Amino acid sequence: MTSQPYRLAEGGVIDRTRPLTFSFNGRRLTGYSGDTLASALLANGVHLVGRSFKYHRPRGILTAGTEEPNALVQLEAGNRSIPNLRATRIELYNGLSAASVNCWPGVRFDAGALIDAVHRLVPAGFYYKTFMWPQGGWHVYERLIRRMAGMGRAPEGADPDRYERTNAHCDVLIIGAGPAGLAAAVTAGRSGASVILADERGQPGGSLPDVASDGDVTGTSWLGDTIAELQSMTNVRMFTRTTVTGYFDHNFLIAVERVTDHLGPGAPAHLPRQRLWRIRTSRVVLATGALERPLVFANNDRPGVMLAGSARAYVNRFAVLPGRRAVVVTNNDSAYEAALDLHRNGVEIAAVADLRAVPVGPAAEAAAAAGLNILRGHAVVDTNGRRRVQAVHVAGIGLDGSLTGPVRALHCDLVLMSGGWSPAVHLFSQSGGKLRYDEMLGAFLPDGSRQHVLCAGAMNGVAETASCIVQGQDAGKGDVPAASEPTASTVDAHWPIPARNRSGEVRQFVDFQNDVTAADISLAVSEGYQSVEHLKRYTTLGMGTDQGKTGNVPGIAILAGSLGVPLPAVGTTTFRPPYDPVTFGAIAGRDVGPLADPVRQTPMHAWHAETGAVFEDVGQWKRPFYYPLASETKHDAVARECMAVRRAAGIMDATTLGKIVLSGPDAVRFLNRVYTNAWGGLEVGRCRYGLMLGEDGMVLDDGVTARLAEDRFLMTTTTGNASRVLAWLEEWLQTEWPELDVYLTSVTEQFATVALAGPKARAILTGLTSDIDVSAEAFPFMSWRGGHVAGFPARVFRISYSGELAYEISVPARHGLELWAVLLRSGPDYAVTPFGTEAMHVLRAEKGYLMVGQETDGTVTPIDLGMQWILSTKKDFIGRRSLARSAMLDPLRKRLVGLRTEDPELVLPEGAQILPTAPSGPPETMIGHVTSSYWSGALRRSIALALVKGGRDRESATVHVPLEGRTARAEICDPRFYDPEGLRLHG
Amino acid sequence: MLLISCPWCGQRDESEFTCGGEAHILRPADPDALSDPEWADYLFMRTNPKGRHRERWCHTHGCGRWFNMERDTATHDIVSVYRMGEAPPDDRDGNSS
Repeated sequence: MTSQPYRLAEGGVIDRTRPLTFSFNGRRLTGYSGDTLASALLANGVHLVGRSFKYHRPRGILTAGTEEPNALVQLEAGNRSIPNLRATRIELYNGLSAASVNCWPGVRFDAGALIDAVHRLVPAGFYYKTFMWPQGGWHVYERLIRRMAGMGRAPEGADPDRYERTNAHCDVLIIGAGPAGLAAAVTAGRSGASVILADERGQPGGSLPDVASDGDVTGTSWLGDTIAELQSMTNVRMFTRTTVTGYFDHNFLIAVERVTDHLGPGAPAHLPRQRLWRIRTSRVVLATGALERPLVFANNDRPGVMLAGSARAYVNRFAVLPGRRAVVVTNNDSAYEAALDLHRNGVEIAAVADLRAVPVGPAAEAAAAAGLNILRGHAVVDTNGRRRVQAVHVAGIGLDGSLTGPVRALHCDLVLMSGGWSPAVHLFSQSGGKLRYDEMLGAFLPDGSRQHVLCAGAMNGVAETASCIVQGQDAGKGDVPAASEPTASTVDAHWPIPARNRSGEVRQFVDFQNDVTAADISLAVSEGYQSVEHLKRYTTLGMGTDQGKTGNVPGIAILAGSLGVPLPAVGTTTFRPPYDPVTFGAIAGRDVGPLADPVRQTPMHAWHAETGAVFEDVGQWKRPFYYPLASETKHDAVARECMAVRRAAGIMDATTLGKIVLSGPDAVRFLNRVYTNAWGGLEVGRCRYGLMLGEDGMVLDDGVTARLAEDRFLMTTTTGNASRVLAWLEEWLQTEWPELDVYLTSVTEQFATVALAGPKARAILTGLTSDIDVSAEAFPFMSWRGGHVAGFPARVFRISYSGELAYEISVPARHGLELWAVLLRSGPDYAVTPFGTEAMHVLRAEKGYLMVGQETDGTVTPIDLGMQWILSTKKDFIGRRSLARSAMLDPLRKRLVGLRTEDPELVLPEGAQILPTAPSGPPETMIGHVTSSYWSGALRRSIALALVKGGRDRESATVHVPLEGRTARAEICDPRFYDPEGLRLHG
Repeated sequence: MLLISCPWCGQRDESEFTCGGEAHILRPADPDALSDPEWADYLFMRTNPKGRHRERWCHTHGCGRWFNMERDTATHDIVSVYRMGEAPPDDRDGNSS
């Protein structure tokens, strides 16, 4: 076990009484409770953490927080593994195991780093130009590039952890529990408002512990007192480890709470790993702080180069020295505070290179007083060191931004850089907020939103803790913070810092995660990419998992410089959710596995499942597709089921068909408007087939409707369209025809329905009912009778989709399974065979019956289907006018036909294209496609339905169907293949 | 996500609703009296303003009722919500927009 050579003996908010062990790349190390993985690695002197995305350059820890672009690790292994987590955000727990990503065989020697040597071959947009030959070669290159790029590995098994989704409502949502957010929360809380205070860290306090080793920069017990008061308020909820990632309309926000991530695999089983909060609030106070920016100089990406404020956080919060001898480079005053804190704790400050000719600010003065070596008007222009920075080169920088004087080398193991601070305006911008550019701060600040949102503290450009607290108090009251004059130190922006040589070898990184350099941006501009949005997509600037939190403003500045326009003229790219990566687990919550989508089962489902039915999903329903016996194939089972229906009798579970009761005195008028045919003459006790069109004339749905009483009808719909049809009818009733007195009630699940079909159906039914006369004369085709079947109250409809003598028997749902069993028991005499949906499809196709969704696709009219007979000419109905549009009358529209293949054994694939002549090479003339295609046992040959231009006008013509490797010939025919006269069904 | 005030149920999340497009488009009483272009205009053509827009919404996963809503398409501000058959509030005040 290694000691922690870079850990200070005292200070920080870590708990030295609780040491933790962990492993990194297989090496066992120790840290303390309160550490992040990053701080524990630094305490052990580990700076080399990973390899960069594109060039595989060694990378270290740049920041101490959410904005980290470099220090990405794969956390844990197996099913719980998560790739690309930021070491700066992982709270250390005992036994933690992490590894570097994007390197092979290891992070110290990575074969992929060869890319860096040939980086000139892979400039910005390289995948658009470098790999473009030979034609088609991209498909080969892409696979190789994908293997080289990308970062961690996705876990291979199912996620064993549990996630939750929860709603919350409040008056005030305060985001960020730094000084401003805490002040806002306590002020709002005292007013009695219901308050949620959300913060991504493990403890409230924001950056206070980063900037003062006692955790309270106010020098009083303000922080502790405020937290205690908030905890005593029952109207205030404090969410820690909770990152608000999305700000949507009407003050709806999404937050992710990492409930047990910080406990690791040993977390209590009753807690979810993460919880997604959906929060609706009247007001929002954003106190999201500010993020420090890097400076853009040559080789600014070496491990050991760190943001100044982050180094300060490591010293103060974690009592870790990130190095022994540091060079500071800054364009503003804030880095001096870091320099002083490190200096006080024993880090040698070799020099502070200040880009400003005249360093101003209280910290700069304090640093001078402390005797630090301040180099005015100087910059770091390059660095050395392979896996850790070893030296920097500094040079003077003139007022015009060019280098002056000699370049000097300074040895160091740490570089602190500060390019000023960018207010974390991400959520504000997502709210619809506008930004304004502040020249003094070199930063975009919030400037008014259309939503009820106030900003307070550092995100307004305010630096002093006391001012942040005052702003928070104002915002907590609901007032726009008064002292919104920015007080953060002014910056003297130099983006990029000139290099000492101007060759193409200069690597000044802007976006560390995506390896975008200043030269890449200039190249993109010279190639014509002038819009910041285009630049982003071409160079991938800001497109990593960190979304460019550190590098975006420097990137925009370099773009503006290349274009020769002021920075605000370039603007920012759009800030979109999520602010921070969200796991799929948190998004899915408990909607996984069988709960991902509701499953609907009929009352007979248990029997189907026990019998070994193969199920088909129709909408959310599970329908038996076919019932294979012992070793039967699908083909055999379907053929057997079809023959049973044609020769004896079969039963099918038809429960899933949609059933809607229409009641009211205007029911007939309504039916006349929504169906194409007329309904007035339908007597009670009779049924009629109806076709429903959209107002555009296209077939929407079909089904049989029965007249139950003078003012009551029972409509059936297709299984998949049941809710759509109900919504469609409701819409017309409520919005267009409110004067019609009709009520619609869905009764799909109230009844179980069994279709009994086959020549022996009547004989079977006769044996099961004593109060229904099932004789052909008393119970004709297209009528229904009420009574009892097998002792259950039942409605029996004599309708047929198979073309056989058939009945559909509906009983209250609770009797469905028993009815099914009774019908099967009539088997020994009549050989009742259960059949599934595939047999039904075959049987109806043999009859040339339409199946909605198979023969129709939203572009097919009743005329196309040869169903003019169902279009009433005596009334208006939805879609009628559209059928008279000139284009609908085009004789070359695709129309329904039958197809007989020349080879009777060949079952054409559904969707196959149809050509009028043998294929002669592209482009072919395509005149239609196959919509349904089956083996017909009854006809001992294949059959197909198709939509073909000209339709039946081409009857007897031979058409050609190109298949893989060959072309089939088929003859166009009448789609009614079986019993075209309908003798069987009327029997 | 919008917070929509259903005239029957009160404030509910947008996810409970479906939008039915532009409101106040009446089905022609006599479709045959319309030319093809006029019928196509009724069938397909809708305004797509940036700003105030009157739309039909349905509280699908709630009471199932259709209603009208005037919404600013740029800011998502909901100006008014009114029942089917009612005149838009602006028109009632005589400030027809």
